[in-house]
Amino acid sequence: METPAEEVANVEKKTLVIGVIGADVHAVGIRILDYAFRDAGFEVVNLGVMVSQEEYIAAAVETNADAIVVSSLYGHGELDVRGLREKCIEAGIGDIPIYIGGNIVVGKQPFDTVEARFLAMGMTRAFPPGTTPETAIEYLKKDLGVEQ
Amino acid sequence: MSNNLETTALLCDFGSTYTKLTVVDLDKEAIVAKTRVPTSIDTHLEDGLNAGEEELRRQGVDRIDARLACSSAAGGLKMAVSGLMPELTVEAATRAALGAGAKVWRVYSHELTPSDVHELNESPPDIFLLTGGTDGGNKANILSNARILKSLLKRSFPIVVAGNRVASAEISEILSDFSPVICENVMPRLGVLQVDAVQQAIRHVFLTHIVNAKGLDDVAATLSAPLIPTPSAVLEGVSLLSKGHGESAGLGDLMAVDVGGATTDVYSIGSGLPSEANITQRGLPEPFAKRTVEGDIGMRHSCRGIVKVAGEEAVLSRTGLTDLELEAGLDKREENAGWLAESDKDKRLDDSLAYFALKTALKRHAGQLETAYTPFGKTFIQTGKDLRPFSRMVLTGGPLVALDDAPALVGEALADRDQYLLPLAPRVLVDHNYVLSALGLLATWRPDVALRMILKELSHE
Repeated sequence: METPAEEVANVEKKTLVIGVIGADVHAVGIRILDYAFRDAGFEVVNLGVMVSQEEYIAAAVETNADAIVVSSLYGHGELDVRGLREKCIEAGIGDIPIYIGGNIVVGKQPFDTVEARFLAMGMTRAFPPGTTPETAIEYLKKDLGVEQ
Repeated sequence: MSNNLETTALLCDFGSTYTKLTVVDLDKEAIVAKTRVPTSIDTHLEDGLNAGEEELRRQGVDRIDARLACSSAAGGLKMAVSGLMPELTVEAATRAALGAGAKVWRVYSHELTPSDVHELNESPPDIFLLTGGTDGGNKANILSNARILKSLLKRSFPIVVAGNRVASAEISEILSDFSPVICENVMPRLGVLQVDAVQQAIRHVFLTHIVNAKGLDDVAATLSAPLIPTPSAVLEGVSLLSKGHGESAGLGDLMAVDVGGATTDVYSIGSGLPSEANITQRGLPEPFAKRTVEGDIGMRHSCRGIVKVAGEEAVLSRTGLTDLELEAGLDKREENAGWLAESDKDKRLDDSLAYFALKTALKRHAGQLETAYTPFGKTFIQTGKDLRPFSRMVLTGGPLVALDDAPALVGEALADRDQYLLPLAPRVLVDHNYVLSALGLLATWRPDVALRMILKELSHE
């Protein structure tokens, strides 16, 4: 994975499991997020591209993660995250915040309806295209109770 | 270390049925004598060794300058491992144990239950490997497992701890009655496999505890190198064959299969990384030298395991035997580990058992390639090792090398590939004299001599 070798795990830091879900191979955005989240003081477990739901969950359990951040850029996000919350509940991490962002649906749909659909599927937050890493970081700090 | 005064080495393999002794002339680089004596559970293992050495003297061996030994006696190195998630720390712990030459008897994921611990009390392993959580990750699981071991474990066996380092101090305290060996995490960060420290700890415990418990301490005191579990000796041998030594080049990426009476071990030496750019690798990183063991597949004691996996119909149609003949054939093999096939029918059955054992064990070892359809077209996902370019396959194991044409069976077993990344066209090398484990043992002490001798042994056609 992408963690530098010299880095020693820090129990004080909040841990994020990030990755691009489904059959999506967009590799650039997730690297930028990895960098931005680290820079903002998070411990990042970057699963890369083509990540399955099970991989997010196994990684989150093993690393005792504080949040899962799902990226989806190819328009199939809605299909790909369906059932993710239920599996988290099954795996004993039902309360973990799950964020999703990118181009999460196909075509031009009003984002408030899109957001409502993703929140109904158990996502904690859903972000429209063009969201900056800073916005996500702000919400993460708020939701995870990190001192600003 | 060795010096020029040592010209004759005794290589001793304490097996569960036989203790095999091989004498090597280090100057001539040749095997000068071989014998085997039954390993009896009732007598001290040293007695078997003495009887064997007596026999070697009768064969004309007048001096032995150095002794090396490996052992799979008294059930080998029986381990139980625990971790958190099956595909992460549990898998990492299992691989670490297998790579250290252990027989992994039980694998536990998530929380240990009272009935799990009951099982450990009923049939204690030689070593318990406790893992779980990345460093700074989940700590609740490994702590809960340590506590349940402390409260319900009635038997004492060594416990090696290789989990979340943040929990180590607390675990040390909880398990203080069991003097746990704490080492570095087998998975310090997600997706990072760190097996060296754990394997070193396992080897250390094997030497300090297990060897004594199995009556090998007197033998161990006379050895020129540490006593190791037998599968480690094979792994040493094939690693040396692959990598070479000093000026002598090795054979490069290769596989080895040991179809024995009770288990089938498969080894691969090489990275096995994806060979094309459009293949994405998923899953845990693979150890460069990898060993997998099929505990239910073997040609004698575990012959019914083969039939179960292959299906009785398939075995019957391949051998042309009747139900009753198959049943009788399996009975004979199960009862007697040293039994040799003589009749045509028995040879046909051995042949088929070997074929199905190879087919199953090779597939279980190999990586797989799945096709994924994305909006951008086809893409491929690889899990495990890509063994397609591996150029050699070494066959060893008593019942396997005794067959008339084992290489043909390999070709046949590899023909049916499905999604498995099996070697495409390996050259098959047969360990006809069944000396790979003995020479692997020599590899730990005199790698230069061992390499030349292994090459010579495997070049017999």
